[in-house]
Amino acid sequence: MSDAPLTRRRRFFAALRSAPVLTKMCLFWLVVIVSAAVFADYIPGLADPNYQGWLFGLDDKNEGMSARHWLGTDINSRDMLARIIYGARVSLAVAVTSVVFGVVVGGLLGSFVGFVRGKREAVVMASIDIILAFPGLVLLLTVVTLLGSRDLRVISLVVGFLSIPVYTRVARANALAISQREFVVAARAMGTKDRAILFREVIPNVLPTVLAYALVSAAVIIVLEGALAFLALSVQPPTASWGNMINQARADLRLTVMPAFWPALALVMTVFSLNNVGDWLRRRNAHRVSSL
Amino acid sequence: MGKLLAARFVRLLATVFAVSFLTFMLTNLLPGDAINALIPIDAQQDPEYVAQLREDFGLNDPLIVRFFDWFGNAITGDLGKSLVTGQPVMDEITHRLPVTLELAFVSIIIALVFAVPLGVLSAYREGTRTDQGISALSQVLLSVPNFVVGLVLIYVFAMRLQWLPATGWVRLTKSVTGNLEAVILPAVSLALIDLAVYTRIVRSDMISTLKENYILSARAKGLRDRFVLFRHGLRPSSLTLITVVGLNIGTLLGGTVVIEYLFALPGLGKRLLDAIFQRDFLMVQGITVFIATAYVLVNTVVDILYMIVDPRIRKKA
Repeated sequence: MSDAPLTRRRRFFAALRSAPVLTKMCLFWLVVIVSAAVFADYIPGLADPNYQGWLFGLDDKNEGMSARHWLGTDINSRDMLARIIYGARVSLAVAVTSVVFGVVVGGLLGSFVGFVRGKREAVVMASIDIILAFPGLVLLLTVVTLLGSRDLRVISLVVGFLSIPVYTRVARANALAISQREFVVAARAMGTKDRAILFREVIPNVLPTVLAYALVSAAVIIVLEGALAFLALSVQPPTASWGNMINQARADLRLTVMPAFWPALALVMTVFSLNNVGDWLRRRNAHRVSSL
Repeated sequence: MGKLLAARFVRLLATVFAVSFLTFMLTNLLPGDAINALIPIDAQQDPEYVAQLREDFGLNDPLIVRFFDWFGNAITGDLGKSLVTGQPVMDEITHRLPVTLELAFVSIIIALVFAVPLGVLSAYREGTRTDQGISALSQVLLSVPNFVVGLVLIYVFAMRLQWLPATGWVRLTKSVTGNLEAVILPAVSLALIDLAVYTRIVRSDMISTLKENYILSARAKGLRDRFVLFRHGLRPSSLTLITVVGLNIGTLLGGTVVIEYLFALPGLGKRLLDAIFQRDFLMVQGITVFIATAYVLVNTVVDILYMIVDPRIRKKA
């Protein structure tokens, strides 16, 4: 039993090696963008994302790609590469909060009610229906207005809260199926306590599906944050986020396309990568569960 | 079946009530006095007048009393008046709704027109280059946010080619061609993601249908492939599709905000956004509750239709 985690890890890396080339490229992009966002402050030579050279006599507004500004500059002569990397922080923070909230709260809650059924399930699922019917935009705007701040933490927390319901549904559906399986029935017949069955049999088997869903959901959340920023409702400018960069560049579309193109490309590549890797994991899980 | 319908109906009412309550409480938490939004600034200096108005509007009653007053009126279709324009909220909704509805329907139709043939073709050619190409295309389409699509369309078709207007709306009653020109770009922006989702659904359902014996026997009879695919295969494969399309109508009612904003369309979502910015509480409440009710209603109808179509679900429930 002691070498089980090792074999599992080995098996995972073996599967990784046999993954399609596109999936490997997507994983590579995710690693690049995540590390760039996390270590943005330590990247040597990376410009200050809010430094506006034209205020200091430099004539470098709307520049094309150059050695000085790899991806050029925007209408306010800010370095696009730096803004995209710092903008990734916003997307990443929102996505991570949402996944943590979703997996921890939604995943556990869903597994629990899917396993115990009965009144507790009815109450939880009814509340979930209410949250799902409620337009998230109204909640977000109310909280933002109440707290008087569009701080990254506030945005992340609200988006995190709003992602709980769907995770609960996914986890519950899986827990329902898992609870019918032979090994759960066997554990029951052996007289295992419910709590032990929940934590040792149900949750470990629900988790992979929930995690595969988490990648796809992170993609949805990144698009949502992008849309909010596009409506000028996410983090306050001048803090860069991909959505607000696109929104700002929109006004000058007649002059230059590039300041809108780069953040849009970063957004699409990240979302595509998350979807692609998520799909790959899901196919792998489906295989695993059917052989369980 | 009757008992089941009754249960669904009770749940529907409960959800609508809960959403109304939550919206009311949330909007009342917002800072700012509704009275200040109603009267000119110099009139606000007169405390007696303001106190009188507060009394008249029932703003001195406890929150819970005010909620039930509002909810009671809402049931009869009176959602109150806008604090900014003085227009009845219900009038505003009925005025704006057609824009959002048209947008939603046109985008669903565009998505279906392309998704059904693509999905069927993909299933028919399962595993081939065609299938892989279509799957890759749908994966790409899934990953492009609708506001990015909208921006590209505006740039190409409105700015460069100048074929279609970038923003604005023409009512159908005013000019049919003008209306079509105005709806096409926003509808396409909304349609692309759904197109990808529908293609995937049609493909996977069709693949399992094509393994059925009656497909084999239809083929053995010598019927042409196209006939078998669309006559024998499509109908049993469209159950999931119908459900998802139905649910999408509900989602689109509240989900067109970004596109309405980008294309400056006078739809319901844009009105909600404006109302939130203007602190127009009653308008926010009215539109939120309306959208939520429509969403829950559509979901319930889809569920019931699904039960009628598929007897297995009826028995299970």
